[in-house]
Amino acid sequence: MTTTQMPSTDNPEPKNSRSFMQQLTTGTDWKSAALIPALAVLTALIIGVVIIMLTGSSFGDAMSAYWALLQGSVGSLKAISETLTAATPLILAGLSVAIAFRAGLFNIGTEGQLLMGGMFAVWAGFTFIGLPFYVHIPLALVAGVVGGAIWGFIPGFLKAKTGAHEVITTIMLNYIALRLVDFLLKTEIFQREGRNDPVSKTVEASAQLPLLLGWINPGLRVHLGLIVALAAAAFIHWLLFRTTTGFEFRAVGANPKAAKYAGMSITKTYVLVMVIGGALAGLAGAGQVLGVLDRATPGFSSGIGFDAIAVALLGRSNPWGVVAAAVLFGGLSAGGQQMQVSANVGIDLISVIQALIIIFVAAPALISAIYRLKAPAASTQISKGWGS
Amino acid sequence: MSTPPIDRQPIESYEVTGKRTKELTRRQIKKARITGIVMFVLAAIVMFFLAPAAAGTSTFGLSFADETIQLPPLSVPSQGSLWVLAMVLGFLGATQFFRGFQSRTTVILGIAFAVFVFSIMVWATAGQEFSLISMLVSTIARATPIALGALSGILCERSGVVNIGIEGMLLGGAFTGVVMGSLLGGWVGLLAATLTGGVLALLLAVLAVNFRVDQIIIGVVINILVLGLTSFLTAQVLVKNPDLNNAPIFQALKIPVLGDIPIIGPMFFDQTIIVYGMFILIASVTFMLFRTRWGLRTRSVGENPKAADSLGIKVAKVRYLAVVYGGMVGGFAGAWFTLGTVGRFDEGMTGGRGFIGLAAMIVGGWNPIGAFFAALIFGFSDSMQQKFAVIETPIPGEFLAMAPYLVTIIIVAGLVGRARPPAADGQPYEKE
Repeated sequence: MTTTQMPSTDNPEPKNSRSFMQQLTTGTDWKSAALIPALAVLTALIIGVVIIMLTGSSFGDAMSAYWALLQGSVGSLKAISETLTAATPLILAGLSVAIAFRAGLFNIGTEGQLLMGGMFAVWAGFTFIGLPFYVHIPLALVAGVVGGAIWGFIPGFLKAKTGAHEVITTIMLNYIALRLVDFLLKTEIFQREGRNDPVSKTVEASAQLPLLLGWINPGLRVHLGLIVALAAAAFIHWLLFRTTTGFEFRAVGANPKAAKYAGMSITKTYVLVMVIGGALAGLAGAGQVLGVLDRATPGFSSGIGFDAIAVALLGRSNPWGVVAAAVLFGGLSAGGQQMQVSANVGIDLISVIQALIIIFVAAPALISAIYRLKAPAASTQISKGWGS
Repeated sequence: MSTPPIDRQPIESYEVTGKRTKELTRRQIKKARITGIVMFVLAAIVMFFLAPAAAGTSTFGLSFADETIQLPPLSVPSQGSLWVLAMVLGFLGATQFFRGFQSRTTVILGIAFAVFVFSIMVWATAGQEFSLISMLVSTIARATPIALGALSGILCERSGVVNIGIEGMLLGGAFTGVVMGSLLGGWVGLLAATLTGGVLALLLAVLAVNFRVDQIIIGVVINILVLGLTSFLTAQVLVKNPDLNNAPIFQALKIPVLGDIPIIGPMFFDQTIIVYGMFILIASVTFMLFRTRWGLRTRSVGENPKAADSLGIKVAKVRYLAVVYGGMVGGFAGAWFTLGTVGRFDEGMTGGRGFIGLAAMIVGGWNPIGAFFAALIFGFSDSMQQKFAVIETPIPGEFLAMAPYLVTIIIVAGLVGRARPPAADGQPYEKE
């Protein structure tokens, strides 16, 4: 644990009139939008070197590990395809967290919503046989959206009606979803014939998302889901900044009391935001099962929902920022595979680096202190304790 | 935790003369009806689904073979006892529906659920023998990390700092516990685990108190960071050096005389040092929080930091101390996973116990004793799931495993007795 020590600083945090929440809701200047995240990534990577060296490797080993990381993320067409494949669910799940942030909610439940969406989509994918792909693919995607939306509706409804804090309910729903998937995969409806282990039936070919670059090389896995994800980002951007509903989301997020005074329904906003967030996460799950895995296995979400929190924070809850952050994290994840194989440095280092990135993004004062920036260092306050 | 101030009590209950009336609000009546119906449904399930399917006798073992005082196993005719249990549930439901237990409703509902769970056990073991005592013993063992995790959360949150990072503290403690335990022995491992929790909590305290970062984000980060770091170090270091991942296990220590009492002895007085540590910590933290000056200050900072500050209490210092103590308890709890059970570390071996601890804290109403009982319920469902996997039952273990999470959602939604968090929980304090 000696490796996690934070660079401590005695710099008192400069007073700042714009809180992080305001930045999330009203947009940011370029410094906090680009410079701080960039420095955060750089600092996290430097600490990563230290961690590699502490496990007994030389500086050269660490550099070759990073070279493999770079090669594996952008070094070839195959690498870029892997990066984008990994980025696809992160974009959608990141949007799910981001839209909730905008309305002042902390959706930790993306993981569970993603699982439920994936289960619905995989069911639609193997149940309907003989449909043409232009019917089957939208049908399966919509099933995923519905599954995620249901799992998002529950915490939204509970928050609106009873005030149950969404952080607790979503954490609990994540675990319930995980167990539910374990259970469902052993039922007759889902389990593949002749198998004793929990594996779902294979998605019909007509519901599998087509590969975008399959005409160059069938091994390039980037699939239609990427286009869906980008379209979703464009839609969320439009929704947030060009519609009344989006304005209400942001108003409730910035100041629920003022929003209520202005005649907006906080209850409706909370439910709607969580349903949309759940739907986005469900779409991410659908994309995974229809585009990459072709089936569901226990815990197929593999922590995407948690990475999504980092993506949303790094992207400052801006839809296009989320896309950029998701591509970065996709690159880290794809490159991490390469790093593990060719430099023999465990892929778990990537989650350490991601965690460090979140710390630095959430506490810009740390970055400002390290690099002696005069940049405004706003504190991050999204949640408001359990009671509210 | 004392009685609420007079203006918070329901006005309907008091006449001007001070004589208490039986008048209930429409809302209370509706709520009583709903809980009554829930009990009826439970009775119906026992009567129509469980009882017809149960044949033979259910036998519950009450003693281990090596105990000095042997209790004969408890044998009951399965179907007959299920009829009786269904009748008890039906009676409770009817009374609740028509008369209402009012202030005792929550307790009665708890009893009803206990009766229902016992019915399920009778039904599942129909025609078989089932070691009840080993399930009770493992309930205590499995409740230990949950209760300690909850205690860790309570210490932090009573001072106004939300700790979602309990899971990370458990995992960190489990990891350093096994490494130091392998190198220098179990006691050093236990110490190292405790200190690891403290260091992680220091990170939480620095970011939460000094940098005023959103505390829930820090907690999430701690979880990701520790999971990543321990998995990374396991793959890079422990796999190559298996000696570092082979710590001695604390054996159960039997307390003389008390350990020989049937049932209670094996449950409470024949456990490992970590389980005893849990009992001591629960008792001492309860005393510290509610009976000492330090506790009063900590709670006041968690409820109203501004007022505490104006009385000269150093808010930041109090929060630092409480959070670091909390982290140390979390790290100590982590040692249970390695030094208390298997003696080796596996990636992500805490498996969400930290979050169940968080749930136990909430269900227990931010009170150590309450959290301990909540942890017992969760430990019971955990251990029941394990034992039911052995004797083949038609209930999928996944549903039993879901129970703690469902209970938590029901509690936070305020459907059964609402718990109130410290008023300033999660809010950074800025001195003016």
